[in-house]
Amino acid sequence: MADQDPLDNDEPLLVATSLSKSFGRIAACRHVSFSLYPGEVLAIVGESGSGKSTLLQLLSGQLAASAGHVSYRMRDGVARDLATLGEAERRFLFRTDWGFVHQDPAQGLRMAVSAGANVGERLMAVGWNHYGRIRDTASDWLTRVEIDTARIDDAPRTYSGGMRQRLQIARNLVTEPRLVFMDEPTGGLDVSVQARLLDLLRSLVAELHLAVIIVTHDLAVARLLSHRVMVMKGGRVIETGLTDQVLDDPREPYTQLLVSSILPP
Amino acid sequence: MTAMIDVTDAKKTFTMHLQGGIELPVVSGVTFHVDPGECVVLSGPSGAGKSSILKMIFGNYRCDSGRIGIRHRGAQIDLASAEPRQVLNVRRSTIGYVSQFLRAVPRVATIDVVAEPLIVNGISRTDAQARAGELLHRLNIPERLWQLPPATFSGGEQQRVNIARGFISDLPILLLDEPTASLDAANRAVVVELVAEKKRQGVAMVAIVHDDEIRHLIADRIVDVTSFAAAA
Repeated sequence: MADQDPLDNDEPLLVATSLSKSFGRIAACRHVSFSLYPGEVLAIVGESGSGKSTLLQLLSGQLAASAGHVSYRMRDGVARDLATLGEAERRFLFRTDWGFVHQDPAQGLRMAVSAGANVGERLMAVGWNHYGRIRDTASDWLTRVEIDTARIDDAPRTYSGGMRQRLQIARNLVTEPRLVFMDEPTGGLDVSVQARLLDLLRSLVAELHLAVIIVTHDLAVARLLSHRVMVMKGGRVIETGLTDQVLDDPREPYTQLLVSSILPP
Repeated sequence: MTAMIDVTDAKKTFTMHLQGGIELPVVSGVTFHVDPGECVVLSGPSGAGKSSILKMIFGNYRCDSGRIGIRHRGAQIDLASAEPRQVLNVRRSTIGYVSQFLRAVPRVATIDVVAEPLIVNGISRTDAQARAGELLHRLNIPERLWQLPPATFSGGEQQRVNIARGFISDLPILLLDEPTASLDAANRAVVVELVAEKKRQGVAMVAIVHDDEIRHLIADRIVDVTSFAAAA
């Protein structure tokens, strides 16, 4: 009898079942089903309008599905249907067990308060009240995302784009979430800044054993960060599999087009 | 003896949708096995499908049909039909792959690039780095380069870093895609030694080597890929 690998026998963290969403007559997302396991990074790729951002909103309970459902295994081990959670429960999930990294850091940060407060706020929301400990933890996290702690009292509006994005990541990870949603986290950044951010994300994800659902149109980002990829087109998942398999041996015409459109470096 | 790799009637075709749906047959009827401690070398001219077979065994290319049996943690698993999570598990604890080129991650130091496969399998950073250092020494990568990312290294240096990374692990299966291609004689000899050590440890290997001399030194058996040429 084979030894069971811990990755083989744990239960999925999130399960989407035939998830669909229509806006009037437009079907933005059609019958999407998959399971995500702890520590697994799933990339959702496709062009603008393919439905990937809608899917991310459905999965994170920010948008109600027209049909289908999402279940999430809470920290107590019980899987719950997101649609049955109360507003307070959902907000609590967002403050503790989940993170959401927006493409535009201004959406995920409070731009006028200090960097330290941006990180500390998440801790206060889960009941931390010792100022010194909050500040020390915030300062640790700034170091982990490579922000000089001398800037802890500055507001993120004085930060560069890359720093803001790293601060947003610190703010999300400080409560040790198990699942982080990312919407084009490297979009709009310079290439050199992107490389640094990707490298940082890659090591944090592995170190903290995070499950991640990342939406990106950049296949290089998917290759570097994800284990598995889902290709979307017209609201449907047209191809899915191991990331290197889908990118090195794409089957569907549309996936072949995406892969062949990458410019060699 | 129980084979570590047992490939049965595997077939691979590429369908090029962007070129009007041309079907490009690569290989079919691929059947061979590899026992522990054995190095099987795939032979055949360029384009015969050697690398494709290696990629099918690693789960990087999908098979149209057939079986890729891999002995993983005491049981056989068919990689041709395995779930992505299972393929990842097999790669972490059973199959290592030394590709022709190093896919370097920016900013990661050479010593850590080499040590990483051990660290993900739970070995402490200090021990992993010590073993990485030994291998880099043997492959003649000077110590002053160890803290630098390999992205700026020469082709031959990158290939040696890649070999060190591939050989550092204790995985029972190793796939070698032209491991000696851009190496000088001294370093080729080191690779031959490393392969011999792996055989003594019972590792099953499949290799592609163009150099006749090296092939002669490492091959226990040769599988001629031209016999798997897909009927066009």
